[in-house]
Amino acid sequence: MPTPSRAWREFPQRYRLEAAKCKKCGAVSFPPRLVCPVCGWREFAKTKLAAEGKILTYTIIRVAPHQCADQAPYAVAIVELSDGVKVTGQVVDCDFDKIKIGLKVKFEFRKMYSEGEAGVIYYGYKFVPA
Amino acid sequence: MREVAVIGVGMTKWGELWEKSLRQIFVESALLALEDSGVSRVDSMYIGSMSPGLFIGQEHIASLLADYLGKTPIPAARVESACASGGLALRQGFIEVASGLSDIVLVGGVEKMTDVDGSEATYALGTAADQEYEGFHGITFPGLYALIARAHMAKYGTTREQLAMVAVKNHDNGSLNPLAQYPFKITVDAVLNSVLVADPLRVLDCSPITDGAAVVILSSLSTARKLKKPLIKIIGSGHATDTIALSSRKDITWLESTFQAGQQAYKMAGKKPKNIDLVEVHDCFTIAEICVTEALGFFEIGKGGEAVQKGLTSLKGKIPVNSSGGLKAKGHPVGATGVAQVIEIVKQLRGDAGQRQVKKARIGMTQNMGGSGGSALVHIFERI
Repeated sequence: MPTPSRAWREFPQRYRLEAAKCKKCGAVSFPPRLVCPVCGWREFAKTKLAAEGKILTYTIIRVAPHQCADQAPYAVAIVELSDGVKVTGQVVDCDFDKIKIGLKVKFEFRKMYSEGEAGVIYYGYKFVPA
Repeated sequence: MREVAVIGVGMTKWGELWEKSLRQIFVESALLALEDSGVSRVDSMYIGSMSPGLFIGQEHIASLLADYLGKTPIPAARVESACASGGLALRQGFIEVASGLSDIVLVGGVEKMTDVDGSEATYALGTAADQEYEGFHGITFPGLYALIARAHMAKYGTTREQLAMVAVKNHDNGSLNPLAQYPFKITVDAVLNSVLVADPLRVLDCSPITDGAAVVILSSLSTARKLKKPLIKIIGSGHATDTIALSSRKDITWLESTFQAGQQAYKMAGKKPKNIDLVEVHDCFTIAEICVTEALGFFEIGKGGEAVQKGLTSLKGKIPVNSSGGLKAKGHPVGATGVAQVIEIVKQLRGDAGQRQVKKARIGMTQNMGGSGGSALVHIFERI
């Protein structure tokens, strides 16, 4: 049985949207990295992702992997936040026909799965209409 | 660097092969390839396989397969780059022969996908995406390519019908390939009315789940010359990476790793897109073929959909794409795909492609990619 450490070590990102801002070029990395993908610098300041953004592209998942088969169908989008960072996440509390490219959405803290390989309840972020 | 040739190819029919194990489908194809080459000595083996651990609970397969082929104690290594594992195995074999370390190398690809159910297979394939920041949110591979498709349609006006035409064209070609999993034709209407998997992609936009293997034998050109067969030389090889998370890319519709690998291969070969007579590309989903033909420079950026509609990629078009039937009709046992692409090109360049033969084919290309484009391999072959 896998241990819960895999989920636990992602808490700063999944619970608090913590990202890393490069001290040289200012690029924001989410999740945080040790090397800036833009300029190669290795010093970062802790920052928090912008709370809102707009949908760049989306899909409705109808054939789901086993861990979320009970949720299908569900919408997943790539959202460009107002700070320029792009994040993949589910879009919930919104009829599928209301989901469009350009729709304004915001983060919400939600339950993801009721159980998983680590035997724990997973929480994280999803998007809802802003 | 020494010159390298493909001297033998072997592949048995792909499909849902419930009666056959991974080791059996690999050995059957390997024996055909050895027989085709006319050699019996092999100096080493490279095997492309994405996830035997998740599909059949078996790692360490390179030694297993060397054993069952009767080739121990030669060195054998499994290489992995998700769905590009087969293309990567080819590149490793190419490098080893080119370096002079080995003279004859067996390059195989294999995947046994039907020992798990559809949901488990979807999960296993999904591990080629970023597990913490894509998979955790429930995205699947059809889902990732659906995100690309939606963005490509919005940015360039690519239509739902153009996506369907990719599948129809590849099934037209696949209907002429007796080794294909689905050797029959389909219609645009059938694609547009098939069940939704991840909007806007439907099941007939998706390559299937397949059991299969493919094997080629490489040697130095000097050894190949002694075999008195059509000489097929590898004249270009390219390999590149990109972020595996789709959301980390500047442009979601652009396959940078395929572009970079293509540029490397064109440069090594001294060729341009206009010199290529036919190409096998990684059409894991219909949108992928459109994006790949743009990234390889066959069509202007954003015009890949229009090119399919105009028939430019059909068997008699300007640049025949996926004469084998592609992943869509031939099947997609992920690790085997990159090697099977080479087999199609070799058959075409030898003039052995039967009813789907592309006339006057002299220079062919393969493009194999991993995940949503996090890795890509491009190779160019010439009949000399």
